[in-house]
Amino acid sequence: MNNFEYLRPTTIPEAVAAASVPGAAYLAAGTNLVDLMKGGVVRPSRLVDVGRLPGLTDIEHLPDGGLRIGALIRNAELAHDEGFARRFPSVAEALLSGASGQLRNAATVGGNLLQRTRCAYFYDTASACNKRDPGAGCDAVGGETRTHAVLGWSPSCIATHPSDFCVPLVAMDAVVEVEGSNGRRDVTLEDFHRLPGTSPEQESVLEPGELIVAVRLPPSAAEFASHARYLKVRDRTSYAFAVVSAAAALRMEGGRIAEARIALGGVALKPWRARAAEAVLVGALPDPALFRGAAGVALVDAKPSGDNEFKIELARRIVTRALILAAAGTPSRMPALPASPFAAPDGASQHG
Amino acid sequence: MVEMTSIQGQTHTRQGSSIGQPLTRMDGVLKVTGAARYAADHHPAGMLYAVMAVSSIARGRVASLDVAAAMAHPGVVQVMTPGNAPKLAEDPDAKTNPFMFRMDLLQNDGVRYPNQPIAVVIADTLESATEGAALLAPAYVTEPARVGLDGNASFAPPAVGVGNPAEMHRGDVDAGLKGAALRMDATYETPAQYHNPMEPHAIVATWDGDTLSIDTPSQGLAMAQGRLAGLFGIAPEGIHIRSPFLGGGFGCKGLLSGPQVLGVMAARLVDRPVKLVLRREQMYGPVGHRAPTRQTVRLGAASDGALTAVSHHAKTASSTFDDFFEPAADTAHTVYASPAIATSHEAVRLDTGTPLFMRAPGEATGSIAMESAIDEMAHACGMDPLAFRLKNYSDVEPISGKPFSSKALRECYAQGAARFGWATRPLAPRQMRDEAGLLVGWGMGTATFPALMFQGHARAVLRSDGTGVMETGAHDMGQGAWTALAQIAADGLGLEQDQVEFRAGSSDLPDAGIAGGSAHTATAGMAIHGAGADVIAKLADLAMDDQRSPLFGAGNTGVIARSGRLHRRDDEGRSESYGDILARAGLTEIEGRGASASDPAAQSAYAMHAHGAVFAEVKVDPEFGQIRVTRLVGAFAAGKIINPRMVQSQYYGGMIWGVSFALHEEALTDRRSGRIMNQNLAEYHVPVNADIPSVEAILVEEHDPHVNALGIKGVGEIGITGTAGAIANAVWHATGIRVREFPITLDRLMG
Ligand SMILES: Cc1cc2nc3c(=O)[nH]c(=O)nc-3n(C[C@H](O)[C@H](O)[C@H](O)COP(=O)(O)OP(=O)(O)OC[C@H]3O[C@@H](n4cnc5c(N)ncnc54)[C@H](O)[C@@H]3O)c2cc1C
Ligand code: SF4
Repeated sequence: MNNFEYLRPTTIPEAVAAASVPGAAYLAAGTNLVDLMKGGVVRPSRLVDVGRLPGLTDIEHLPDGGLRIGALIRNAELAHDEGFARRFPSVAEALLSGASGQLRNAATVGGNLLQRTRCAYFYDTASACNKRDPGAGCDAVGGETRTHAVLGWSPSCIATHPSDFCVPLVAMDAVVEVEGSNGRRDVTLEDFHRLPGTSPEQESVLEPGELIVAVRLPPSAAEFASHARYLKVRDRTSYAFAVVSAAAALRMEGGRIAEARIALGGVALKPWRARAAEAVLVGALPDPALFRGAAGVALVDAKPSGDNEFKIELARRIVTRALILAAAGTPSRMPALPASPFAAPDGASQHG
Repeated sequence: MVEMTSIQGQTHTRQGSSIGQPLTRMDGVLKVTGAARYAADHHPAGMLYAVMAVSSIARGRVASLDVAAAMAHPGVVQVMTPGNAPKLAEDPDAKTNPFMFRMDLLQNDGVRYPNQPIAVVIADTLESATEGAALLAPAYVTEPARVGLDGNASFAPPAVGVGNPAEMHRGDVDAGLKGAALRMDATYETPAQYHNPMEPHAIVATWDGDTLSIDTPSQGLAMAQGRLAGLFGIAPEGIHIRSPFLGGGFGCKGLLSGPQVLGVMAARLVDRPVKLVLRREQMYGPVGHRAPTRQTVRLGAASDGALTAVSHHAKTASSTFDDFFEPAADTAHTVYASPAIATSHEAVRLDTGTPLFMRAPGEATGSIAMESAIDEMAHACGMDPLAFRLKNYSDVEPISGKPFSSKALRECYAQGAARFGWATRPLAPRQMRDEAGLLVGWGMGTATFPALMFQGHARAVLRSDGTGVMETGAHDMGQGAWTALAQIAADGLGLEQDQVEFRAGSSDLPDAGIAGGSAHTATAGMAIHGAGADVIAKLADLAMDDQRSPLFGAGNTGVIARSGRLHRRDDEGRSESYGDILARAGLTEIEGRGASASDPAAQSAYAMHAHGAVFAEVKVDPEFGQIRVTRLVGAFAAGKIINPRMVQSQYYGGMIWGVSFALHEEALTDRRSGRIMNQNLAEYHVPVNADIPSVEAILVEEHDPHVNALGIKGVGEIGITGTAGAIANAVWHATGIRVREFPITLDRLMG
């Protein structure tokens, strides 16, 4: 890799100042960034290591009932935090379905949100990629596209955002706290990642130098705890990115659905919140046919970006099943294979 | 207790208790503590780091390299290009024997596959060399890549595998098909697969004048030595290669690869020791791979299920510049009885590296197609797949009509089926569900692999302190050869395990042949056995000729060597220790030599194969198509088992690769550029622990008096055969969907 400057600031303002220059990148655990650097995919001239910044490693239960997760909390630590997993079980399940034990022990909350796409053409520096090299073109189009996007893509970029964690988070109205040279601001996770449009190189709404300091879950998120699931279909049983995934959560009142939350992963360049589908469910009794209808609404705008039409029907089926699972109730214990169709929670039948 | 008969005659017998014991790996502690030094762990004084720059196009030529930019990078010492690469004594494209494959050694600016080496940057540090290679920023003249099995004109290869005829037949297949009550005709496709041992190819090379010292993983030390001697025009004896440990070989380290030679050239160019280690993605091109295949199987059967015709045609691909043709159709020669059998191959030339040996080359690809086809035919006949296989059981090798040297396949079927619980399997597909509603399916496959032997040598020494030494240039790829061969050595010398020093893994030891073709235990083992017989015979002569020995005059009846003593065969109470015999003769040690080779008489009289049966249970999500292999039971008969623990591990490993073959592995090749898009271990999927919840391997007893004196067949490759087909068949049984394109991915099962 190229020679680069390595800085380890001790305060957030210092970090922000150091990272505001062109060519600078924040380094958290490096499980994504260092891989990309080794492959020559990104070549930052300055690394600003945020690993030892103070105040970013707490899980705080806020007075209003919300929760604030420091940006440097490790994925595994968060998933195994009992208080957290009990109140936000689908988020814990999503975290535990991602990557491998070793990676989860290292990967941070902030890094997970900002991990780059797994599009093979993005990783392959010999291919044209608008994300890597704005205006260069997109070699994924017309290439090997089985796992590319079916929602929100543009001819400029058909990649997906690979995070599992972000999917239930966006369903739960999570908010990202960022700090830049002009101080702190809040961005909803739903607005945090950008769709490609004509400028796929702009992946998030962060301004140069802005640092993720925390992710907040509002008090309402915990109201879904007893009916919240994450489901992830993948090409092997573990240690694989989602082909398609879905988070579903229901707030039940007297046997009826008072409120529903649905989000999809692996389908678009951002975690995909399906608000119109949620609306279909409000006030209804849980019912597989209804869920199937909602899943249809979630995918109405879907279209294949290549040889991936199957993902649309797969996504409908996953949303339907995730809703069935959520309606059946959160399992009392984390399944041995979190988010897997092979999880078999509490021995209950989940298949038609 | 194992009794072994000398191959030189019936005079002396050796007894020992090492063979057959499930000893743990002798090198296990070294490995788990990190004390085992692999090739890349060596750092001779003054060593530099070499990093290859590889081509990002499939076909064309390198128009320019920015050597100046690389040279200007701090730490870069030299850039090796076709302009300054050391001259070679032999054209690396020359072929003087069938085990020579063409290499890309910077002899010209041509590019004939993606990831072909186009330059080597040599620097003080790995980081400098890596960045130097990136700074070369090659420009190319690109020609269109020929990609995929339809990407070029097809032709009939002159031979497949290592010199097998490309076409063979017995009987009249057309008549057999015509007269059949039932016929099936199906085409199966397997993708290109690439080698991903944990340890990529690595070399540390040091020149001293015209002598060369090397640490590099090798499955064939003597051949590597010979190849280097030819390329550099030096004597083989002047080349010392050390390869005590390999982090996996699987065929890709059988022959020296181009990148390893580039490491030696780099060392010559800078006149310093050089280390060159392939990056993971650089494994996808210059070190061999498993070629893709498209196989058409046609079967005819009588109404009782007896096969009337078996036709297996395989299309495969080689590179544009060399010949290796995956012999996928050849498994039809050895498994199922049929009055008519025909096999044939065709090939295309693609802009890829040359495909080469990968664990069970031909058998793995061929078996997944044939076992799927047999299952389809069993279903068409309304028969249980096991009953169908038994109906078509062959007591002679189908293509040749030769008797088998041994064949305990019936026992494999019986023991495997019993252990698995096969008897309760419903005939129709999509009948079983688990308590969670997942589809459940059971499938089976027959496993076979030829019992081969190459030529090998060993040297044995008995010392007056009562200990022994056994030396052979054998290779331990991680499978436990150190241990199994040391067990043969101990019994061969009539000593306890801890009295024998076993030396292997170095080219200055006797040539042990190649660790390939599942033949290494037989080849090196028989050489060891022979060396033991030779030294014991010499020791016995010393004693029997000496009036002071209690063994004096035992010549006619012979002796038994056991636990460091020779005993009279006719009176075992009369014995003498090895040490006493040597001491009296005034010797500190005595040496014996052994050589091994297959026995041509036995080879022409018998067909020699290991056999097995694999049973698989899969679960499939009915809506998502996601698959999990929940249970695997294999039963294998492979002659004498030297170390059941190691053998079981070999079967497990093979069976897990079968899962990989059926469900995961695939080089995702861009249809336009020919570049492999998933050349990393995150995206090139192999099974992980969660994919293998339960695997069992049963060692079925088999005594083979013909393969070799020890009765050893190979176990290294057979596990992958049968397994992949069993899984494909189980997926069909679970879903009712027959997927004929591998790997079976969930989108193909969504219905
Ligand atoms: C083999 C493999 C398999 C994987 N499988 C999965 C999977 O199945 N599911 C899944 O969800 N993920 C998976 N991952 C991705 C993994 O979750 C991410 O690599 C990880 O979350 C990144 O976190 P990190 O702390 O290492 O980030 P880094 O690699 O350090 O950084 C990632 C990016 O985020 C930026 N960044 C980091 N922290 C901040 C911050 N506080 N503020 C602003 N910018 C920041 C960095 O500049 C960089 O651009 C996998 C990764 C690998 C290597
Ligand atoms: S899909 Fe997006 S990330 Fe992939 S090559 Fe195209 S522009 Fe780049």
